[in-house]
Amino acid sequence: MKDKEVKNLGLRTEKMTINMGPQHPATHGVLRLVLTLDGEVVVGAVPYVGYLHRGIEKIAENKTLHQVIPYTDRMDYLSPMSNNIGLCLAVEKLIGFETTEKCRVMRVVACELARISSHLLWLATDALDIGAGTVYFYAFTEREKYYDLFEEMTGVRFTVSYGRIGGLARDWKKDFEKKVYDVVLNTPKCLDEIERLLTRNRIFVERNRDVGVISREDAIALSLSGPNLRASGVEWDIRKAYPYLGYERYKFEIPVGEHGDCYDRYLIRMEEMRQSIEIIKQALKEYDPKAPLWPEDNDSQKVFYPPKEKVLTSMEELIHQFMVATKGPKTPKYKEIYFCIEAPKGELGFYIVGSGTNVAHRLHFRSPSFVNLQSLPIMLQGDMVADVVATVASLDPVLGEVDR
Amino acid sequence: MIVKRPVLKWWERLYLPVVEDGLLTTFRHLFKKKVTVQYPEERWVPPEGFRGAPVLLTGLDGREKCTSCKLCMFICPPQAIRIVAGETEHPIEKYPQEFYIDYGLCIFCGYCQEVCPCEAIWLKHEFELADFDRTNLIFGKDKLLQMGRQEPYLKGKEKPLKKG
Ligand code: SF4
Ligand code: SF4
Repeated sequence: MKDKEVKNLGLRTEKMTINMGPQHPATHGVLRLVLTLDGEVVVGAVPYVGYLHRGIEKIAENKTLHQVIPYTDRMDYLSPMSNNIGLCLAVEKLIGFETTEKCRVMRVVACELARISSHLLWLATDALDIGAGTVYFYAFTEREKYYDLFEEMTGVRFTVSYGRIGGLARDWKKDFEKKVYDVVLNTPKCLDEIERLLTRNRIFVERNRDVGVISREDAIALSLSGPNLRASGVEWDIRKAYPYLGYERYKFEIPVGEHGDCYDRYLIRMEEMRQSIEIIKQALKEYDPKAPLWPEDNDSQKVFYPPKEKVLTSMEELIHQFMVATKGPKTPKYKEIYFCIEAPKGELGFYIVGSGTNVAHRLHFRSPSFVNLQSLPIMLQGDMVADVVATVASLDPVLGEVDR
Repeated sequence: MIVKRPVLKWWERLYLPVVEDGLLTTFRHLFKKKVTVQYPEERWVPPEGFRGAPVLLTGLDGREKCTSCKLCMFICPPQAIRIVAGETEHPIEKYPQEFYIDYGLCIFCGYCQEVCPCEAIWLKHEFELADFDRTNLIFGKDKLLQMGRQEPYLKGKEKPLKKG
């Protein structure tokens, strides 16, 4: 019942303020929401952030750009791959560096794998918050396969630190692309199974439909991005609007919703995973294991390490190794750039000001979760208190990225 | 592409058939292969190239390979490495008098292995490093060298590795 109806009944109600979080299991981390309730209706919601603040932007002013890469892992820790690669792309744009074709293909595959694994985790926790515990286990089992792939690719499961300025940390092992193909090919089966459990399940539909609605205009005004924006009916995807990594060559669709509620956000993410699988399939066709990962011309040698076997045997390469490690890629003084990629959560932007050395004068991250979170007060307005959990889960915030 | 939302049929609104379907799915999963690793009893083998604890390697002459160039100390993002350099009579004049890695700080990024010009530091497959005391996590040179010798696959690692 809305405010007005209650008044018409002649009942005297009182507003109540309650704290949700920061230690609430359904806030996906340490988000604190101060809710103002009128009975069971939410009349105000204020998100408080900062409980996980580590000052990564300030740290980045004291570290070489190369050293910042592991820090970006810890921002959106559910898709560290796209954060790494996004930063590398931004720095490459700043210093004007062209990567090789093979590197671009590998990066596309890595980014899309990260998108699927991130969405799978979202699916698991979203369903769990609604009350569908089974889906949690199915989605996590599937996600585990992706983490096994990351482990083979990079050496660790979670904080991958895989991107390098100018390329990637290591080449793929022999026949790794076949493993990726196998895993990717089997994912739709898992998705189908989960969709059968959820999409037409009455409980799930009624907990999600017309809950946490945000209109197209509000979504644009609050600069939502990613699946949350597309659910409101705006066809906007950085991969199409400003293609990077050669995304313009791949055929894929942008799923768009109509209502901007939790149910649309669910449908869109499900469809996005399928589109990502299509992109990976197309990219793997272009993958050539024999091509070089790093450019071979002398000019670009100021950016990355020489091959290890040469460092161990030749003097020149040894000196070169020291120069790259300590002096790194030189950024132009006070040149500023902004570069954004379509991360699983939305537009992940990097604003870098060069300093003339290999340390950025200023490095700012536009993290999608932080911007998406500010739409919560509008989404929650007039909803029931039980819908708060569903709405927060459908926004897919990662608090590591919100607070940086 | 506009994603159309499904309209529920009348039997789906009845709710009971959906419950049945869900239970059937769960039942089918009972007979699938189990994916859980019963960890302490069942050991998990990391794949090749796994980034575990960084250790120091010994050369074929029995000395540590490290020449104390401090490049790893410079590059290490959380500054987990501390080296005190010393001089010897050996043809390679420098050696690390003290070499500490603080596993409490180390993030297992592998940068040290990547930059080391002597292949002296290596990320081992060891991942069980937990301790009750933080000071126990600071490993000295002897311990690191000993850990490097333990691993059979690290013994006499003469073949240079590929880039990265
Ligand atoms: S693995 Fe990374 S954090 Fe650990 S000692 Fe090496 S460089 Fe430092
Ligand atoms: S980079 Fe290698 S040789 Fe140099 S100090 Fe570190 S371990 Fe020793």
